[in-house]
Amino acid sequence: MEKKTYTVSIYTENNIGLLNRISAIFQRRHINVESLSASESEIDDVFRWTLVVQVTEAQIKKIIGQIERQIEVIKAYYHTDEETIFTESALFKIKSDLLFEERQIQNIIKESHARIVTVNKQFFVLEKSGMRAEIELLHRELKPFGIMQFVRSGRIAVTKSEMPISQLLGSLTKEEEYAFS
Amino acid sequence: METKTITQTTTKKQTITGSEAIIHCLLAEGVNLIYGYPGGAIMPMYDELYKFQDKLQHVLTRHEQGATHAAQGYARATGKVGVAVATSGPGATNLITGIADAQIDSTPMVCITGQVASHLLGSDAFQETDIIGISTPVTKWNYQVTKASEIPEVLAKAFYIARSGRPGPVLIDITKDAQFGELDYEYQPCTHIRSYTPTPEVQEEALDAAAVLINAAKKPMIVWGQGVILGEAEETFKTFVEKTGIPAAWTILGVSALETDHPLNVGMVGMHGNYAPNILTNECDLLIAIGMRFDDRVTGSLDTYATQAKVIHFEIDPAEVNKNVYADVAVLGDCKESLSKILSKVTPNAHTEWHQRFKDLYKIEYDKIIQHDLTPTKGGLTMGEVLDGINKETKGDAIIVSDVGQHQMIACRYAKFNTTKSNITSGGLGTMGFALPAAIGAKMGKPEREVVAIIGDGGYQMTIQELGTIFQSKVPVKIVVLNNEFLGMVRQWQQLFFDKRYASTEMINPDFVAIAKGYHIQAQKVTKREELAGAIKEMIACPDSYFLEVCVEKEDNVFPMIPSGASVSDIRLE
Repeated sequence: MEKKTYTVSIYTENNIGLLNRISAIFQRRHINVESLSASESEIDDVFRWTLVVQVTEAQIKKIIGQIERQIEVIKAYYHTDEETIFTESALFKIKSDLLFEERQIQNIIKESHARIVTVNKQFFVLEKSGMRAEIELLHRELKPFGIMQFVRSGRIAVTKSEMPISQLLGSLTKEEEYAFS
Repeated sequence: METKTITQTTTKKQTITGSEAIIHCLLAEGVNLIYGYPGGAIMPMYDELYKFQDKLQHVLTRHEQGATHAAQGYARATGKVGVAVATSGPGATNLITGIADAQIDSTPMVCITGQVASHLLGSDAFQETDIIGISTPVTKWNYQVTKASEIPEVLAKAFYIARSGRPGPVLIDITKDAQFGELDYEYQPCTHIRSYTPTPEVQEEALDAAAVLINAAKKPMIVWGQGVILGEAEETFKTFVEKTGIPAAWTILGVSALETDHPLNVGMVGMHGNYAPNILTNECDLLIAIGMRFDDRVTGSLDTYATQAKVIHFEIDPAEVNKNVYADVAVLGDCKESLSKILSKVTPNAHTEWHQRFKDLYKIEYDKIIQHDLTPTKGGLTMGEVLDGINKETKGDAIIVSDVGQHQMIACRYAKFNTTKSNITSGGLGTMGFALPAAIGAKMGKPEREVVAIIGDGGYQMTIQELGTIFQSKVPVKIVVLNNEFLGMVRQWQQLFFDKRYASTEMINPDFVAIAKGYHIQAQKVTKREELAGAIKEMIACPDSYFLEVCVEKEDNVFPMIPSGASVSDIRLE
């Protein structure tokens, strides 16, 4: 079976050590996690992890099963690129002089729809969100002028179809859970 | 001795220390026996154990690994949660083998470890180790308690998680300051965790689809595993087998769920299993897997495993479905429930001709292998005849605890079982050294039953120090060491697949009888066939612990055998 890029979305309780549990599942199978990001989700008190991996569908199905087996994982899903709207974000730190000396840079910024976050005498910071290819293009274009620092975030993604998670959580209210005052 | 008596499951609030709360939580969960080893970071808890020793028995093992295996043996024999306690650092890391074993064999166990005080965490303090990080991949759940007030809730969750659904080990790490700290104690058992569905609901459609396949099958075969025992589904399972008349084979963790002599019991599957069920796995038209996970030692090469058959998988853990073998119908849920619900949907059958195939193949195996294994007339003693002798004395009523290797395969193949929860062995992890401490736990959990540990000379020396526990705690287990002066299973592979290059498998052994006697355990050594029956009789008749060394043929092999990576139907008889 062919390897594909899958975006894995995992809804969890916030718990120290859960990252370890989840990453161990990939590590055991020698699967490289290409990107990872964690944040709150659309549901109160529920966290959402977004991972990107290159695997076969047979593999990802087994992995999802093993992720869902973890006690604090509420639900896990996998989606192809076609099924998601996804983006990444990158920051470029560049010498401020260049902004005035190299006219070309201004054109690059304009065409890339990147945003200038801050400017001071020493440097300016450019922020670019979008597809990986767009960020890579901008990186290639700016590189000849010298980039002081570059960083790119993990992928964040929402699915085109509805996530059945909210409905699921409705039937599993937290109040039922062992409450200890 | 001053003790506070709060042993009910729900209690009024009162202010006590964290370490006292641990004891109350254990009592509230019905625990009256724990295994462990003290040390600096767990001393506050041990101080409370001292005060509560009339209610909660603590058995001092000689190594923390022994404590985990004893807790496992207890859990496997009783179906209850086993508990092991250790201190931080090396005490905690010594638990890991037992925890990994319990994880892969789905054994309910709660391990409690002491930890350095919370202000020292992360500072490389004396006997500090990141046991949460270390134990994460081998626990069903783990948690570090840093405040006394967390103890009741966390321990309630620990027991709930360990025993519910597919059981497994849970580790709770408790800092020393949390043990010393005070809390308003109140206990409520945990019955629900929102992110955790221990037992999926049995779907009616899956049952219907399964019943259609079962009723239409001409050559169906059941392979059952430990799930039947863990789900306490033995009676329902037997009714199902008897109504459908389907030949039923077992994995080594499943054996004893149905008595050995049952006419529909067709033996063991897997690498050293019986000839018929292995061969016929690749001839059946329907394979019904119940509470088993298609381990590679069961399936051999997956590419050729039962490819001609439809597969029904009764399974509690959704992650096991389609993991190794594709299931045409997956019946998720507790197998006691699903089997009882499917009973009315299946039609009675006898499958007489199909059963004859099993009988014919058994005859071949009997003539070529079993006969010689059990009743040899010449050559050295065989492991099989020792098992046969034990069967004759115990009549199949004993709990057999086996270690790992050739003797384990022989014990699983030939031990007779009349009752469930009677075969205790390290299946998935294959942990040498498991049997001696596990036998301690099994005997203490089921004191009314005979417990016989069958161990090789290699594995015995991995946890031989637990003879001290047997002696000190007066545990009347029977220990049989089958001594071939080799790491026999590895040697067998070296003979068959490495041109007899016996690299580091020959053992020069100590005087095992003298060692047992050093621990004041009655001991005997048998080297001749004519001495064997008498020695076994004497051992079983002994009311105390007893050690029996049997010197067996040095280079005997276990057959049948499916070579690693071969198909189940390529099983070799020689």
